[in-house]
Amino acid sequence: MHPITTVHYLFLSAALLLVGTIGVLTRRNIVVILMSIELILNAVNINLIAFSRQLGNVNGQVFAIFVITDAAAEAAVGLGILIALFRNKETVNADEVDILKW
Amino acid sequence: MPDSAQILRLLPEILLSVFGTLIMVLDPLTGRNRKALLGVLALVGAYCAWIGALVSYANPGPAFGGMVTVDGFATFFRLLVCAIGFLTVLASMSYLERNELPQGEYYALVLFGVAGQSLMAVSGELVLIFLGLEISSISTYILAGFLREDAKSNEASLKYFFLGSFATAFFLYGVALTYGATGSTKLVVIRQAMEGKDANVVLAVIAGALMFVGLAFKVSAAPFQVWTPDVYQGAPSPVTAYLSTGPKAAAFAIFLRIFFTTVPQTGVMWGWLLWTCALLSMTIGNFAALVQTDIKRMLAYSSIAHAGYVLVAFTSCTPIGAAAAMFYLAAYAFMNLGAFTVVSHLSGRREQYVAIDHYAGLGRRRPFLAALLTIFLLSLVGIPLTGGFFGKFYIFRAAVNADLLWLAVLGLLNSAVAAYYYLKVIVVMYMQEPKEEVTIEPVPATLAATLVLAAGAVFFLGVYPGPVLDFATRSASFSRQ
Amino acid sequence: MLDTALFYIFAALTLGGGVLTITRRSAVHSAIWLITSLLGVAGLYLLQRAEFLAGVQVILYVGGIMVLFLFVIMLVNLDQAAKEKRFSGQKWIALACVAAVALQALWFVSKGAGRFTLGQPSIAGENLGNSEHVSRVLFSQYLLPFELASILLLVAIIGAVVMAKKRI
Repeated sequence: MHPITTVHYLFLSAALLLVGTIGVLTRRNIVVILMSIELILNAVNINLIAFSRQLGNVNGQVFAIFVITDAAAEAAVGLGILIALFRNKETVNADEVDILKW
Repeated sequence: MPDSAQILRLLPEILLSVFGTLIMVLDPLTGRNRKALLGVLALVGAYCAWIGALVSYANPGPAFGGMVTVDGFATFFRLLVCAIGFLTVLASMSYLERNELPQGEYYALVLFGVAGQSLMAVSGELVLIFLGLEISSISTYILAGFLREDAKSNEASLKYFFLGSFATAFFLYGVALTYGATGSTKLVVIRQAMEGKDANVVLAVIAGALMFVGLAFKVSAAPFQVWTPDVYQGAPSPVTAYLSTGPKAAAFAIFLRIFFTTVPQTGVMWGWLLWTCALLSMTIGNFAALVQTDIKRMLAYSSIAHAGYVLVAFTSCTPIGAAAAMFYLAAYAFMNLGAFTVVSHLSGRREQYVAIDHYAGLGRRRPFLAALLTIFLLSLVGIPLTGGFFGKFYIFRAAVNADLLWLAVLGLLNSAVAAYYYLKVIVVMYMQEPKEEVTIEPVPATLAATLVLAAGAVFFLGVYPGPVLDFATRSASFSRQ
Repeated sequence: MLDTALFYIFAALTLGGGVLTITRRSAVHSAIWLITSLLGVAGLYLLQRAEFLAGVQVILYVGGIMVLFLFVIMLVNLDQAAKEKRFSGQKWIALACVAAVALQALWFVSKGAGRFTLGQPSIAGENLGNSEHVSRVLFSQYLLPFELASILLLVAIIGAVVMAKKRI
């Protein structure tokens, strides 16, 4: 059995990126699409942490803190927009948000 | 502890944030009928930031350990985004009043957004670029949904949010890989690593591709343009004017800075990618705009085409091309802002009149508005004496100089196609009789001032482009430093 | 050896949680699986000696962001959505992504992890994660981004209030 290297983390992160992308592209529930974006941001963070260890400098971890900050900001705003939409349309289904042609 | 010289180099961002916060603090203290004062405060803020950008350029150089670099390039875009912010506030005042929208939050969000864009222009570090991008993006997601009771505006906001944050996530993934490949997020250090043998080339190429996708989303270049028409159509018109100019100019600024600074031999690997992207954006934008009946949607498609023209300048990968792109972005900002401002006034309450047919007979009923819209549309076509002409001229000259003859020819053909749909609006305005009753309110002074300023800028760039182009050319050589 | 086993456990939690997040019909179930996935990520941080971040991940993500999600799920009525079709039409892109995951895994396994080299992790990385080290860098080198993050959060607060509040 090989020891766990940075490369393992990179491949794990790439897989998580793809899972998140599939979620964004295929799901119809807006809340779940938002969760998929969170998954992608976590994939970014896994990369940053692995590289931080690899390079022996802590900058990657500091960067990850900013990514988490941004994830929080996006979640708050995204859910706010969702509530505004729900107030008008009573739906959280992305396919019903279709007055404007895609 | 940063000293005062370093703080002075961040003056515009500091001023914008201070004024934004001040507006939020004063909002509950101003009476319901005196909200216009907040708008005046926002105007003062944007103006001070514009002056601040000049002041900080008097003493150029790096600050905060190289995170921020005040140079000509940064100053050009800082001045541009502050001017866009100023005109956006001025153009929005009557619109907010008419639609009874909360003014304090609106102005604060515009100022914060401009602060983010100004930060993008000035930062030489990917963490800071990312923060600026997010400050700008999040404030624009909200602004796009500012007509909260309007389902179209909700939808625009939601779509913009999803595709915007999806694009940011991709951009971030690219940044993370860049950090891994080169060991740093500072652009200068990344460049050194790429030139030496320290960098992991495979990772760096994947990182570049991901960042390219993220940024292409942000500037609405094809094939990542799908969100643009919906968002531009659904957002409140003054916001659309702002979206299509400010955030876009800033996104192009970091596009230029990242790719010109870090990629050692530009043109070899990215050339064909940019070439395809430029051609696709121009063609899709122009041909889709031909068949639109809604003027906002038409202008949205036209903005995709204009992103394509800017990408033509990129493809040349020379400092001349970068200067042409900068000049074009400036000219485009003023003509597009002007056109959307006219649209926002004519749209009436809750944006009822946005079909091109509603513009019939405008030349007779409102000669002032019709004449100004004509000027802006002619500039978008690229008629001599307007800023759009020199913009296109410099771009295609840069392309020909870089042996991109085919791209230049295809671009010119595209401009000819574009002329059709812009001129169609002018024909409708002056030649057709109105089919239905369209109420047009008298033009408020603030709106007239916006239009006159924008038209003045368009003419200035069209008649006397020398100073601006010189400044752009001098500052576009930043990559050589 | 223990590290290897733990890596696979946390990786399975992360990826499995992710897959279940995007496939469950009910949004509440998705949220629960997302929490599982986020906890897996926190475990990976621990393995990489990023203890401070592991704490931040649990407190901020699981404790903050996910609670926000659950509030909103309860606020907007999702019974309707649960009965509807789960997936929209973009099957081909999704299939391409699934194929990419499969290819990637296949490539990795067939070549063996040893064939991809990034060099050994540096020794200096061993004591990176303590909060003293992180905060030293955060408040010196990254002071400016730290201050600017406050503007980002302020914009998000204004935005959330403008969008979600009934009357402004």
